[in-house]
Amino acid sequence: MSEYVIIGNGTAAAGCIEGIRSIDSEGKITLISKEKYKVYSRPLISYLLEGKTDVERMKYRGEDFYEKNNVSFFPGISATKIDADKKEISLDNEEKISYDKICVSTGSSPFVPPFEGLDSVQKKFSFMTLDDALSLKEAINPESRVLIVGAGLIGLKCAEGIKDLVKEITVCDLADRILSSILDAECAGIMQKHLEENGIKFLLSDSATKFESNKAYMKSGKEVEFDVLVLAIGVRANISLVKNIEGEVNRGIVVNTKMETSVKDIYAAGDCSEGYDASIGGNRVLAILPNAYMQGFCAGVNMAGGEKEFSNAIPMNSIGFFGLHVMTAGCYDGECFEEKREGVLKRFFVKDNKLIGYMLIGETDRAGIYTSMIREKVPLDTVDFELLRKVATTFAFSNENRRKKFGGVV
Amino acid sequence: MKRVYVNEEWCLGCHLCEYNCAFANLGLKDMADALKGKKIFPRIHVEGDEKISYGVSCRHCEDPMCIKSCIAGAISKENGVVTIDRSKCVGCLTCVLVCPYGALAPSEEGTMQKCELCVKNSCGEPACVTGCPNKAIVYEERG
Amino acid sequence: MSIRYIYPEFEVVRNENRCIACRVCERQCANEVHSYNEEKNVMISDETKCVNCQRCVSLCPTRALKIVKSDCTLRENANWQNDTIKEIYKQAGSGGVLLSSMGNPKPLPVYWDKILINASQVTNPPIDPLREPMETRVFLGKKNGEIERDENGNLKCSLPPQLELSMPVMFSAMSYGSISYNAHASLARAATELGILYNTGEGGLHEDFYVYGPNTIVQVASGRFGVHEDYLKAGAAVEIKMGQGAKPGIGGHLPGAKIVGDVSKTRMIPEGSDAISPAPHHDIYSIEDLRQLVFSLKEATEYKKPVIVKVAAVHNIAAIASGIARSGADIIAIDGFRGGTGAAPTRIRDNVGIPIELALASVDQRLRDEGIRNTVSLVVGGSIRSASDVIKAIALGADACYVATAALLALGCHLCRTCQSGKCNWGIATQRPDLVKRLNPDIGSERLVNLMTAWRHEIKELMGGMGINSIEALKGNRLMLRGVGLNEKELEILGISHAGE
Repeated sequence: MSEYVIIGNGTAAAGCIEGIRSIDSEGKITLISKEKYKVYSRPLISYLLEGKTDVERMKYRGEDFYEKNNVSFFPGISATKIDADKKEISLDNEEKISYDKICVSTGSSPFVPPFEGLDSVQKKFSFMTLDDALSLKEAINPESRVLIVGAGLIGLKCAEGIKDLVKEITVCDLADRILSSILDAECAGIMQKHLEENGIKFLLSDSATKFESNKAYMKSGKEVEFDVLVLAIGVRANISLVKNIEGEVNRGIVVNTKMETSVKDIYAAGDCSEGYDASIGGNRVLAILPNAYMQGFCAGVNMAGGEKEFSNAIPMNSIGFFGLHVMTAGCYDGECFEEKREGVLKRFFVKDNKLIGYMLIGETDRAGIYTSMIREKVPLDTVDFELLRKVATTFAFSNENRRKKFGGVV
Repeated sequence: MKRVYVNEEWCLGCHLCEYNCAFANLGLKDMADALKGKKIFPRIHVEGDEKISYGVSCRHCEDPMCIKSCIAGAISKENGVVTIDRSKCVGCLTCVLVCPYGALAPSEEGTMQKCELCVKNSCGEPACVTGCPNKAIVYEERG
Repeated sequence: MSIRYIYPEFEVVRNENRCIACRVCERQCANEVHSYNEEKNVMISDETKCVNCQRCVSLCPTRALKIVKSDCTLRENANWQNDTIKEIYKQAGSGGVLLSSMGNPKPLPVYWDKILINASQVTNPPIDPLREPMETRVFLGKKNGEIERDENGNLKCSLPPQLELSMPVMFSAMSYGSISYNAHASLARAATELGILYNTGEGGLHEDFYVYGPNTIVQVASGRFGVHEDYLKAGAAVEIKMGQGAKPGIGGHLPGAKIVGDVSKTRMIPEGSDAISPAPHHDIYSIEDLRQLVFSLKEATEYKKPVIVKVAAVHNIAAIASGIARSGADIIAIDGFRGGTGAAPTRIRDNVGIPIELALASVDQRLRDEGIRNTVSLVVGGSIRSASDVIKAIALGADACYVATAALLALGCHLCRTCQSGKCNWGIATQRPDLVKRLNPDIGSERLVNLMTAWRHEIKELMGGMGINSIEALKGNRLMLRGVGLNEKELEILGISHAGE
């Protein structure tokens, strides 16, 4: 009977459990979780503060998930070392456990640059975990002024989540626009305006250089007074377990399309890994939830002796703030086709007769049709691209393709 | 397993399926009473033009992208039917981002909804199928 | 409004409490009666365009619609009735011949409704069709006059070609062009499933339907549209159309607008050209000429298929039928004045021809009197509406009946009688692709099969009641019929006694 060990307990781990169990219903699965919670949906922490969900409903899988899948769950424990020769894992409780196959799904950690005077700030938080969210909630009150450093997905979701719970929110970022990793200047501008209309203040192309208790000194010379500080500058993949045994790492743990690391019998999945991104044709960290699940599942299948490749991962994001949604996918280095209407901006990026990326704001209905075109590399001369740019519809596909798509079992 | 299929050849583009769907999932007795003066939020939508039209609803994929992508773990598959636990849904639209058919859309409340083959209402057979005047929508097993 | 204004015949009544503005009525009305006012979120109707086909009523999901006859009335009197006056207005406006569709709507006698059927009591007990076999099969074609034996005393089985029907009903001629591809598909599939026949009409046979050949009668009309060797050989029988009950004395006329795509190809005429069948067959001016055509067709089909000659029921029908019987035809089809049509001049439809009941009775009698009844089978049509009409027709002497209007009703026709517009909302009398697809042959053929299956059950019930267990035993059995409210002359022609006699 195989012994599987999964290190980390996020979405990739859940995918891995389901992947293993799709092949092997017998093998022993051990799950090492630094957090004390059963698997929950990390991206929901902002919705938790907003009141759209609660701790109970945030559970990613049912209460009996571990029992049903026969998983030995070790909460509140971290793996400290892997010994690939002895096939042993050391835990921070001094125990050692043996393994046949490991899936490293350790996720990522907030990256905090060494700000001067950061220690003098009393109420400072990251915004990654349930505990982060719960302690942030404790720290704020209707009179709080909050400074969020970082106008990326995490920082802005945090802002949305606590908007109604605090007095004032300022978001600063060194970049000249919000959501700079996924939006271009114009789209970012639309979203920024929308956020500002909802009461969020921005300081862009600017960031804190120094903190002094409740005051941030900005690069621009401005000074921002705050009660609570949220640091959402960026994340770093947790790669040390594999790096320490000379496994190939880069910004993440390098994996092939079967989620195998360079070390035999060790797999990696989720935000800690650096897998194949079909949109650029090379490896990169794609820290998005769907990817984590699919990588985890793929790793699980392969760990259990099945055959699975995950080779069509692309970056994609659906994110909304105060009712305005943005969707993006793929990359943006092709020819740009634009569709602009009142309250709607769509940009499509085309290269070599294929859709390689898009950015939608204001109208996102059925955007999955576009996403699938990127993933499936649908040649644009086989579809009515002009129609597609106006509206996402399978009607734009050739009659034959469409009938095939809808006619059979998928 | 049985699924809803649309025969384009017979679809009249009358949009009755959308209304039958919206009505079926409201759980009310009288359609006029249920839908009068209201915007409908059907789980099937008709696409096409005057010549070719067809209803699109969830295909209940073998390997559903929506389940794998749902950030809340709100979508699951039970007995072949992909269903959504709307109490868990936070309306992030990631499922819309990934569904290759465009089969998910927000409900009136903002949480997502999709065709669940009328298993959660009292219709028995999917309402779009029973209400289709031209047998353009069928509920059957295909290989 | 001007002198040309004629108040709409129908009113669209919308129950605003039930209308949910789903716009199904709007999308389904090819006459564009309904439209949506976005600003007020209400549906509005333009009654001037309504033909009362009931499509919107049938599809309205909340039963919010009904169509009623307008009660805006002209000052009519017994002589000048509403329709008569309006027809004058229309002609005064247009200068044209009035066109109509489907059968004669006038309140002329329907003899079927004045004939009653017998049932057995005490002596000659009734038969229960659920318990005992009941034969509804019929064979159409020339029967030998007497039993012949060879020198060894064995029966000579040299029967001319016969058509076998599971029940004494066939779908009568409706051309591809006058009705849609899907209507033909429905008829062909239903006929095959039922073991009866349908009839191509004069528009040829679409190549897709050759597979249904064994259940198809192929028609040869004066226009000869779509007639070629393979066509003649494709069917189970060939029918020469001399006349049609709805418009005796004139030929079919399909406007160029309907001669599109496959219709043009099937008819073998250019797209957009009017398909005008001449009033006469230009090669037939006598029974002898007819005989030539009958035998040409027999020759072409190697004497393997019966030839039917179809005529409209007109004044001298008995003599005409006698002539046809002598022309070599195997089957005579007679179409009464209530028979339907896709388009006919109103005056002709409403005033020319005679009732099928009288025509049938006199033809059957005449052929018997002349001792040639066995040389032909008689098929009658022209508004056979029910199983009891079939029973009465058989008892009056018919071998089988042709039905068309009833079949169209089964397919969804609501008898709005505007086939000539080509905008049939039920996908039957139209060639517009968006309308044609409203008739799904899966549904159409199923409904036709249902209808005929129901009739077959009723036929058995009615026969059983009379103590008769086969169509053959009922044929020409006029003792099973009695008339009510008929005068001496009518009873004499029908060859039946009055009720109570």
